[in-house]
Amino acid sequence: MTFLSYLITGISLGSVYAIIALGYTMVYGIAKMLNFAHGDVIMVGAYICFFTMSRLGELFEPGSLGAMVVPPLAGTILAMVVCTVLGVVIERLAYKPLRQATSLAVLITAIGMSYFLQNAAQLLWTSNPKIFSSVVGTGKVELFGGQLGISHVTIVTIVACVVIMIGLTLFTGKTKMGKAMRACSEDKGAAQLMGINVNTTISVTFAIGSALAAIAGVLLCSAYTTLMPTTGSMPGIKAFTAAVFGGIGSIPGALLGGVLLGIIETFAKAYISTQISDAIVFAVLIVVLLVKPAGLLGKIMPEKV
Amino acid sequence: MKALNKTSRSNFLTYAGVIIVFVVLQAVMAGGGLSSMLKGQLVPICAYVVMAVSLNLTVGVLGELSLGHAGFMSVGAFSGVVAAVSLQDAIPFVPLRLGLAMVVGAIIAGVAGFLIGIPVLRLKGDYLAIVTLAFGEIIKSIINNLYVGLDGRGLHFSFLSDTLELEEGGRTVIGGPMGVSGNMPISTFTAGFILVLITLFVVFNLVNSRSGRAIMAVRDNRIAAESVGINITKYKLMAFVTSAALAGAAGTLFAMNYSTVVANKFDFNTSILILVFVVLGGLGNMWGSIIAAAALTILPEALRQFSEYRMLVYAIVLILVMLATNNPQLRAFFAGIGAKLRGRRGKDSQGEGEASHE
Repeated sequence: MTFLSYLITGISLGSVYAIIALGYTMVYGIAKMLNFAHGDVIMVGAYICFFTMSRLGELFEPGSLGAMVVPPLAGTILAMVVCTVLGVVIERLAYKPLRQATSLAVLITAIGMSYFLQNAAQLLWTSNPKIFSSVVGTGKVELFGGQLGISHVTIVTIVACVVIMIGLTLFTGKTKMGKAMRACSEDKGAAQLMGINVNTTISVTFAIGSALAAIAGVLLCSAYTTLMPTTGSMPGIKAFTAAVFGGIGSIPGALLGGVLLGIIETFAKAYISTQISDAIVFAVLIVVLLVKPAGLLGKIMPEKV
Repeated sequence: MKALNKTSRSNFLTYAGVIIVFVVLQAVMAGGGLSSMLKGQLVPICAYVVMAVSLNLTVGVLGELSLGHAGFMSVGAFSGVVAAVSLQDAIPFVPLRLGLAMVVGAIIAGVAGFLIGIPVLRLKGDYLAIVTLAFGEIIKSIINNLYVGLDGRGLHFSFLSDTLELEEGGRTVIGGPMGVSGNMPISTFTAGFILVLITLFVVFNLVNSRSGRAIMAVRDNRIAAESVGINITKYKLMAFVTSAALAGAAGTLFAMNYSTVVANKFDFNTSILILVFVVLGGLGNMWGSIIAAAALTILPEALRQFSEYRMLVYAIVLILVMLATNNPQLRAFFAGIGAKLRGRRGKDSQGEGEASHE
């Protein structure tokens, strides 16, 4: 039973990683850049949700239905809106002027952006940790006569991840914009010749990725409660690892990579050692990449001579 | 005297530049014109300069992005400290002890670079970058859980928990997450300066040798290099291991400048910081790395007047510099201004005419 409960915790953590990894993988697939500021967008989303919830929470009677539904919902939606705008603005100001530059120059700019967001957050909201109250309460679902308890946050996280996954798969597969995205990720020049507005497509990708980052931020902080300006960086690195693990550029790969990474991390913490769980996660990543150099579901592009 | 060719002339200019800066700084320091803030930064600046130059060998000359360079610095730092502590009684002469510690740090970091390089260099591009990041994090985790003690019977190691069982009079050198504490700081600016010169010497000689040309051939076109019989793995490893060993020596220099050192100091952010030096200074340009490393180490200190805004200003400066140097329109704009200034100063009307036509 403990095994099952660790497994569920792992899947839940992995679902958060998967949602973050989607942002990395989509941006990488289309703009061919590693957006290091993505982890900090998560943190911004969590802060926006935190403040909305604490402001709105005062308006409702504690314990009433309104207090349980309205502030979390409004907080999440506002966080998504702010992050979407933030993502698009970042792309326009910092990354768009560098479309023709080397990938390293874009990488450093993204790192600069990440520093900027972290320090701006520190100035605005101080570095004191905030205690984030879960968006879905602290209740539990008891199964097998109380032997297995699954918190509501866990269930909501897993459901949200599945819904997002299905939604994105349908979006990229069925809509015109999704088709444009796939075209851009394959060949930007050819896509432009077919009348696709590449700049708009990239902006939309950033918007979707950042909105997902906001959701991930809210879910992450609901499960782990402390919120600081540096909250986003480690999950950001882990999610980036997850994206590479599953094959960067591939949407199902991000899901698989994220969930596997979450499970491995939880099991390593539970059965081996808390202190070196990160080392184990990264060691597994290295082994996987040595066996499958393009990740689990990545396509290997044969080199043309 | 024989006329020097272009590369050796620019190399000698770099050596001369570093020596002049050192002499000037020593003179200013003797005159008491250096603030204590800047004095405290001199050894870290030397360490970061060596880190930047050595990373430039991997990123600029070999052409592979490494996000785990601080890992090698960490290996060098801790093995160097262990060596220095073990030799404390055997070698009372401080500079020799520091030198030997650096050599040990460099060798162990070089071995780590070799072991990591074999699997890592099979990969390409972003996958290689993420694996170096992973190794950096693994090294950090391992050192955070490593306990090393010294007593009459020699060195003792334990992992995950403190089971050293030292004799009386023994001391814990590395105490897991507490890192090194109570270390005797023996690094000096002169030692740092000598390490910078040695690093430049090693890197320039490697780059301008037959092996260096092979490494650059691998960077420019792997398939073409392979088809003319260049052993790719060998040359990639050569550059990677050299880079790791130099980073190890820099780590020892850095660690021996403080009485306490923890493994978390050498994390992903440090690796990124060094990468920023390299990219900002220009890939493959060692002089650029030196200037960028020195300037960006001083910048946060120099921005003290902005107090809490300083890291924000740092981030903005970084983004603006990247935009200014990489955006084609902005670059043309700056080039135009530069040409105009030069035209006015040198009365070279031709240059001005060309610039305005652009």
